[in-house]
Amino acid sequence: MSEGRTSTPTLVWRQIRYQNTLFWRTPVAAFFTLIFPLMFLVLFNLLFDDPIEIQGRDPLTIAQFYAPALAAFAAASATYTNIGVGQAIARDEQILKRIRSTPLPPWIYMAGVVGSAIWIALIATVLMISVGVFAYGLNIYVDRLPAAILTLAVGVTAFAALGLALAAISPTGDTAPAVANATLLPIAFISDVFIPISDPAAWLEFLGDFFPLKHFVVPLQDAFSPFVTDAAFRGGDLVVMAAWGVGGLAYSLRFFSWEPKTEGGARTRRKKTGAAT
Amino acid sequence: MPAITISGLTKSYGDVQAVRGIDLAVDEGEVFALLGPNGAGKTTTVEILEGHRSRTSGEVSVLGEDPASAGREFRERIGVVLQSSGMDKELTVRESVELYAAMFPRRNPIERIIEIVGLEEKADARIKTLSGGQRRRVDLALGIVGKPELLFLDEPTTGFDPSARRKSWDLIDRLRSLGTTILLTTHYMDEAQHLADRVAVMSDGLIVAEGTPDTLGSRSDDEAIVSFRLAPGAPTGLPAPFSAMPGPSFEVSVEDPTRVLYALTSWATTKGVSLEGLTVSKPTLEDVYLELTGDGRNE
Ligand SMILES: Nc1ncnc2c1ncn2[C@@H]1O[C@H](COP(=O)(O)OP(=O)(O)OP(=O)(O)O)[C@@H](O)[C@H]1O
Ligand SMILES: [Mg+2]
Repeated sequence: MSEGRTSTPTLVWRQIRYQNTLFWRTPVAAFFTLIFPLMFLVLFNLLFDDPIEIQGRDPLTIAQFYAPALAAFAAASATYTNIGVGQAIARDEQILKRIRSTPLPPWIYMAGVVGSAIWIALIATVLMISVGVFAYGLNIYVDRLPAAILTLAVGVTAFAALGLALAAISPTGDTAPAVANATLLPIAFISDVFIPISDPAAWLEFLGDFFPLKHFVVPLQDAFSPFVTDAAFRGGDLVVMAAWGVGGLAYSLRFFSWEPKTEGGARTRRKKTGAAT
Repeated sequence: MPAITISGLTKSYGDVQAVRGIDLAVDEGEVFALLGPNGAGKTTTVEILEGHRSRTSGEVSVLGEDPASAGREFRERIGVVLQSSGMDKELTVRESVELYAAMFPRRNPIERIIEIVGLEEKADARIKTLSGGQRRRVDLALGIVGKPELLFLDEPTTGFDPSARRKSWDLIDRLRSLGTTILLTTHYMDEAQHLADRVAVMSDGLIVAEGTPDTLGSRSDDEAIVSFRLAPGAPTGLPAPFSAMPGPSFEVSVEDPTRVLYALTSWATTKGVSLEGLTVSKPTLEDVYLELTGDGRNE
């Protein structure tokens, strides 16, 4: 028989492990998060298999540009899509309602959700880069790794916050995947994740610059680009991502609901939780 | 000191007035059952007490706190089994109990809880493989894992087989003997009769009766139901109150069964009539309930 509150770090750790267990026991989620982005890497390398010759250097493959871009995409979807869809479903299934009837502070639950998603995003990133290195001869520039890691840290945090906002904005668990795809995929196309659009219209360029994904992709690409000579710290991009992250967090603090939206009381509950989180 | 006090509580969902002004007090250590037909407002009331729903007006105090603003300490002292709530189907029973146990400062031992709800065999099975009744037992396990002082059970045994229901009654009896205050809702009158120290019947957002299961609704302790059948062709001229009834089956609730029975049996003896299946019974909780909620046979 045990007495006394479990310490906050232990509770956070348990919640991270719990969310992590759920992820690995849902093969569909694991597939779309980890394997699906890799398929793009394989595909692009099949499509563009000519080595790139740069004067006075070893030949490169197209992976040098795509692996970091797809790593950013994978990390964004591991946080944004997984959190948004996962929590919208958990709310629909009234799992969140049960959590709210326990003394677990709401922020600790959310820390578990976010912590686990970030951990999985890191796995997805490392997987992408490793496949790049071992299968496609991706070069890593050690002096630019700190910048890559910082970009990754800011990126996954911002997209995790946007994931919470996605859960808050999705009316039901069924609609959440549609909302996730309808936002992330088009933005990916104008954010240089797939085929860089040559000579984009000004408004497309503007849109790409407006949304956060491009500011995740470009600094990571720079960290792996053979043409870049500085340390690849891109403060401006990080600020844009951070701003989106803060916006997403503010939105979810205000509007995140712990009960299905058709249930009465959800509206008042939402407010209260926002204040308590 | 009462564990729960409610006064003038109302709750509206838009135009629907689910609770229309109720007053109630549940004492510490008491097992209190809330009865009432579907849509009477039981879940609404219970979830207001748990802090899940906001109230429209009225005063509510639960363990000395207002549940609408109470925080972590409050939730550490209560246990909640919702009428419907989900759980992660990919976790096993033991993993779920462990996860929820860690949230509470006072914890019942995991294995003990699993045993109490009768899921030892399923302890390592994923929740998605459990039957509906087995899942409901997990709900119960998660509700009591934190050694609550006050336990809310919203239709806890719906979907249980008879043996599981008996077991959960034993469990509730045991919790009562440990001093746990319990507020439960149920549609099973035998459950209320067996478990509750006091019951209240809700109908259409109001409390229409309140008392112990035995005295509820009875105008006097002597009230009884007298029933019998007459064989076809039996003579007429029955004494009151049967004289006004068409027969051949008679059933009537009377305030003074001794006098009524005396009159009835003397009549039968004099006429040489047999009163088939003559019974005298106290109205059961179910009789009273049906009468109160207007679903009864007294149309
Ligand atoms: N979230 C809601 N939004 C709108 N109306 C609601 C909501 N919840 C309950 N109601 C209405 O309030 C009334 C009371 O519902 P409640 O769930 O409290 O009944 P109950 O006594 O628990 O019924 P049951 O025995 O079926 O569980 C019903 O008319 C119901 O339709
Ligand atoms: Mg109900």
